[in-house]
Amino acid sequence: MAPAKKRNVSSLKSTEQCVKTAKIQLDGKVEQILESRKHANDVFDLLELLQSEKEKDVISAVGSCSKLFCTLLERKALFKGKLPGEEETLSGGYSPEKKYGIFMRHRYNSCVEILLELLSHEAHSVKETALCCLMKFAAGEGEHPLEDLDWSEHYTFPRELIQTVIDRLLSKTADNSLLISRFQEFIEMEDVRYYAMSSIRDCVGKVMDKNKGALMPVFQNNAFTLMSNISIPSQESELTNFMVKQEAKHEDWKAAKLNEQKRVFERMWLGFLKYKLPSSMYKNILVILHDSILPHMSKPTLMIDFLTAAYDVGGAISLLALNGLFVLIHQHNLDYPDFYKKLYNLLEPSIFHVKYRARFFYLINLFLSSSHLPVYLVAAFAKRLARLALTAPPAALLIVLPFIYNLIRRHPSCRVLIHKPNTEDETPEDPYLMDEEDPAQSCALESSLWEIKTLQQHYHPDVAKAALMINTPLTGKEEDISDVLELTTFELMERDLKQTQTKTVPLEFETASQLLQGGGDVLGQHFCLN
Amino acid sequence: MGKVPKKRSLADKVRKTKTSIEIKNNPFEVKINRKKFDVLGRKTKHDVGLPGVSRSKANTKRKETLLKEYKLKNKSSKFIDKRLGEYDNKIAPEDKILQRFAMERQRVHDKKDMYNLNEEEELTHYGQSLAEMEKFNDMVNSDDETEEKGLLSAELTASHFGGGGLLRKKTSGDQHEEEGGHRSKSRQELIEDLIQKSKQEKRERQVQREEAQELTEKLDLDWKNIHSLMVKNTPKAEQADKPEEMPKLDPYDMMVRELGFEMKAMPSERLKTPEEIAREGRDKLQKLEADRLRRMMGEEAGDSVQSRSHLSADDLNDGFILDKDDKKTLAYQDGKWNIGEQSGENEEEDEEEGVSAEVDESEEEDDGDEGEDEDEDEDKEGEVEDGSSEEEDGHSDLDSEQESEDEGREQDDEQTGAEPKKSLSEEEMKGQQEAAKAELPYTFTAPESYSDLKDLLHGHTPDNQRLIVARTQKCNHPSLAVGNKLKLQKLVGFLLEHIGELASLNPPELTTVDKLIPELYGLCQMFPDAACKAMQRVLGDAAHSMEEVLEVKGHIAFPDLDMLIYLKVTALLFPTSDFRHPVTTPALLYISQALTKCPVRSLQDVTSGLVLCCLAVEYVSFSKRFLPELINFLAGTLHLAVQDKTSLGYTMVPPFRTSGKNSDLLVLSDSESCKNWSKKSLPLSAAQHLELTTDQDRDQHRLMCLSTCLDLVKRCCLLYKDLASFPNIFQPIRMLLSKHLSTQTLPEPLQELHSLILEAVSSAPVTNSRLVFDKKKPIPLKLLTPKIVEVLDYGKKRGGTKEEREKERLIHKYKKEFKGALREIRKDSRFLAKEKLNEVMSRDAERKRKVRELFGSLATQEGEWKALKRRKKK
Repeated sequence: MAPAKKRNVSSLKSTEQCVKTAKIQLDGKVEQILESRKHANDVFDLLELLQSEKEKDVISAVGSCSKLFCTLLERKALFKGKLPGEEETLSGGYSPEKKYGIFMRHRYNSCVEILLELLSHEAHSVKETALCCLMKFAAGEGEHPLEDLDWSEHYTFPRELIQTVIDRLLSKTADNSLLISRFQEFIEMEDVRYYAMSSIRDCVGKVMDKNKGALMPVFQNNAFTLMSNISIPSQESELTNFMVKQEAKHEDWKAAKLNEQKRVFERMWLGFLKYKLPSSMYKNILVILHDSILPHMSKPTLMIDFLTAAYDVGGAISLLALNGLFVLIHQHNLDYPDFYKKLYNLLEPSIFHVKYRARFFYLINLFLSSSHLPVYLVAAFAKRLARLALTAPPAALLIVLPFIYNLIRRHPSCRVLIHKPNTEDETPEDPYLMDEEDPAQSCALESSLWEIKTLQQHYHPDVAKAALMINTPLTGKEEDISDVLELTTFELMERDLKQTQTKTVPLEFETASQLLQGGGDVLGQHFCLN
Repeated sequence: MGKVPKKRSLADKVRKTKTSIEIKNNPFEVKINRKKFDVLGRKTKHDVGLPGVSRSKANTKRKETLLKEYKLKNKSSKFIDKRLGEYDNKIAPEDKILQRFAMERQRVHDKKDMYNLNEEEELTHYGQSLAEMEKFNDMVNSDDETEEKGLLSAELTASHFGGGGLLRKKTSGDQHEEEGGHRSKSRQELIEDLIQKSKQEKRERQVQREEAQELTEKLDLDWKNIHSLMVKNTPKAEQADKPEEMPKLDPYDMMVRELGFEMKAMPSERLKTPEEIAREGRDKLQKLEADRLRRMMGEEAGDSVQSRSHLSADDLNDGFILDKDDKKTLAYQDGKWNIGEQSGENEEEDEEEGVSAEVDESEEEDDGDEGEDEDEDEDKEGEVEDGSSEEEDGHSDLDSEQESEDEGREQDDEQTGAEPKKSLSEEEMKGQQEAAKAELPYTFTAPESYSDLKDLLHGHTPDNQRLIVARTQKCNHPSLAVGNKLKLQKLVGFLLEHIGELASLNPPELTTVDKLIPELYGLCQMFPDAACKAMQRVLGDAAHSMEEVLEVKGHIAFPDLDMLIYLKVTALLFPTSDFRHPVTTPALLYISQALTKCPVRSLQDVTSGLVLCCLAVEYVSFSKRFLPELINFLAGTLHLAVQDKTSLGYTMVPPFRTSGKNSDLLVLSDSESCKNWSKKSLPLSAAQHLELTTDQDRDQHRLMCLSTCLDLVKRCCLLYKDLASFPNIFQPIRMLLSKHLSTQTLPEPLQELHSLILEAVSSAPVTNSRLVFDKKKPIPLKLLTPKIVEVLDYGKKRGGTKEEREKERLIHKYKKEFKGALREIRKDSRFLAKEKLNEVMSRDAERKRKVRELFGSLATQEGEWKALKRRKKK
């Protein structure tokens, strides 16, 4: 036993040592290469190691590569300008310096290629180090451009490198969300962001066109993850964090202008949204639309088409589109015909069960907060909500009931819904028409909120208490529904569970002798023990 | 110095001789306390004081108490009054006399006649032997006295004391006649005359009395003859002997005496008639029902008082439930007293009735117990004894049956239900059970952890498990030791856990759970708080895990069987109709959450959902509260059975969808399967594991689910038919049933249900009156009457609150008392000092007197001596 263990330990140690020695060797090699040109051919060893099977080797190789080429970039030892072919250099009359530069440039290029390949490696750590290395190269290239400045309009920015990195990131087959979140760190830099955004737009356009607009869940998901991470500072003065500092005409540089940034951002999103989206992503986009997309656009009104289309889809997507529409209506003067009618038709039993219940009620509260709405409309909303409340869970009821009360408070003429004395006509049936799409013709004002009367019999004490409020004239103050919006059933349960009761717990007095007994024997009638 | 006290004592003496009125009128005695101002209507107690009187009173009191103590100081011998209860004011004088009498009797009862059964002690009345008095010899004397008393009234008084005028007037006529003859008679003669007359009368009366006595004696004799005829069973020999031995002892007198001196039966608690018991039971139930209704309405007041009201008045609130049958009340049974029979069975009886109402169970226990007793005692006798024990068993069964009949109708019902079962088990299982139960020990230590309980119950049959729990509970009853309460409280939690585990086994052991329910109920009744906590923990944990899954996935799987069982147990232990209850409200929320968030994906899910629906219906069956989720789920389940999902007239509520992958789970694969379908109960375990291999089986199950669902819908219809928006609530179901689930596709029993529901839904009364606010009491106008504030004392600051005032009052009282006590002590010491001084002075005076005497005698001696000398000289 013991010796084996020892052996194990020693073998472990030896592998560790191996790795260490390998690292030391690599470092030594890098230093040798940097020291003298004699050892230039050792680069091949590094590149070979880059393609090795072992993760650790690859990672250490990436590290040494980045060290090597970054120093070379700094020393400006790499060839600049249009790169001649390798054979040409042998034949062409170049100075040994230049020859070395060309040689190294070639190695650099192949290194970049290998690193890009590594971005689709299966191990995340490898991907990550490769990405970091590439971005280091990008930074290095930005400082010490490899292209000639004269004919490049893009100032000095390694545009191609970023483009290829983005292409790789937006993989069509693998979910790159982890890597993309790592990339966010770089996106925070203004220039990187600027170029990344235009690259994304290009990439998305290219890929989607090739696919003829069909759904590509993985690719779109990657793109969405990357894009949703992008945010643009609100002030131009905040644009300070650059990867590459331009010496000349920095002010004129597009990447340094907020408007340009916004325009690119807008184009990127519009380019992305014009294709067909999977419904879950649709929802996700709509969720973040109002606070992380619309404010960063130079012309938010361009989103109108997208939003109206979404609003017409129906169901949860419509609910979510409301938020964006609200921003447009409220801040950008959008005129939306039949908005309230559509809103009225959005009220379905499912609104109480969807995840975005809180948001929806927040918004509908905003929409109906205007005191200039016609009475019939408010009454129709109140009545419809009350009718739907007959199918709602208690947590939702605790939102809806105060909401209806608030509506009635805001529009005192709606009080007939809960208080209509001196009517001679005994109404045989509820005059309200649930199926009528137009709130104006739903006869809500002729009806009463019997549903709330029904809810006074609700099983949950809080709901029953809330419903009891229609028995008395409502007090003047509106209730704040914002703190019940996020209420969950679990919280409701905890109210009772956590309560420290001082009194003794009431007990059932009918003696229980069997499991299936009691309560009208419903369970016992349909089910048996075995 | 010595004069003053002397004077005072003289004054005291004088005072004593005078009457109180005299003293009060004597201006020298009275001290008038001056009042500062007269207050109208105030009664004054102390305006006049009698300092002399009070001083003398105090003085005498001190003399009686303090002086005595002082004199007896340092003296160890004491007089102790050992008269029974002489100084005990608590004992009523009658009791005192009784006790003394008893003491005396005891003293008379010497040891020597302890075994003397025949000889009675002599009874006395006014110191005379009653036996003597029985002879009635003194009748004459006593009568004499009474006669003489009567005589005192008229003439005698008149003559002796001169009499009243009226009397004289009446007799004046007679006296006039007499006056004619004996006018000259002196007073002396008159009196002599009178005496003579009275003597004569006396003699006459005596003669009369003698005659009467003779007659009575004769009558007595006659009666004796008749009596001998009447009393047949007295043997003749005795009758013959008796007159010889004690001729005065009459059987009649003896009987009279016997009756007279026989211990009167004390009126004990009256036995209640069955009607009374029934009425009491009904009253109790009515009260509990009223209580439940009140809680249902959500009224808070008086909750705690009445929640325990079903416990007996003797209950010590320690959860002891065995109280009612500890003592056997004296009763007749089969014409005999039950004492003899019961003494042997008491133990078992206790056990039997204490455990719970379920009689058959405990009777089995009885059997076991008895069998074992038999084994222990007489192993040899074997078969014969067995037979006899069985006989006894039968008898004990009978007994217990008869007793339990008295216990109220609830138990009666149960027993009649349990009767056939019992007989079965007795005949078939007897041998096995006896063998198994012989191994069960009778005492168990309370489990300290859940694993302990598991070890304890592991490998036992359900009945035995129940027995073990029952015995554990009994062995660790809170009244037996201090820590037991805590142990049993823990046991509640462990039992719940155990039930959960039993339910989550595969296959679930629900019969065991079923058996354990009465125990759990009993424990819950003992420790409501512990049970509540345990249940809340279970529910809280379940809800928490549910919430976690829900946050991640957005939907959840249906709760497992153990959770369903927990929910059912909750309903058994706690009232589900309360407006707000710390356990049942969360439980209902849990059900609702499960019904809204669990998507139905398989037949098993449908079954689980239906179990939940059943539970939900049970929860609200009494309170008739509205549970929207229940209706939604039932409508959704019905929707699952709809074949053609186009052009629906209703919308589905999540978790159901109008169409989709699992939206026709209940559609029959073969319409023929309707025909050979018959309703039977589904096993609860179907909610957990459902193995349906063939289409046939699956169709059967579908129809079962459908029938359950329809039945639940029917129940809901009945429950909610009074709700204002009843038609709106049932609109989807109505559409479903009338348009999409036609009766042709259903088997016959379901068609019936179907039509019943449709009828109920469509015939609902729709007389909705307009909503109006509740009528309010008009707010009264403001009145301008002055507000009157009570001013108690002028110038004096009064503490605001009641407590402050109370405190001040107490301080004042304390001060007063303190001062008084000081004064008293001072007076006491002054009195003592005076006494001491008196003592010293009297001692000194005595000494002086003696010295003087001595000097005197010496002087005379000297004088005599000198005289003698002088004489000699001469």
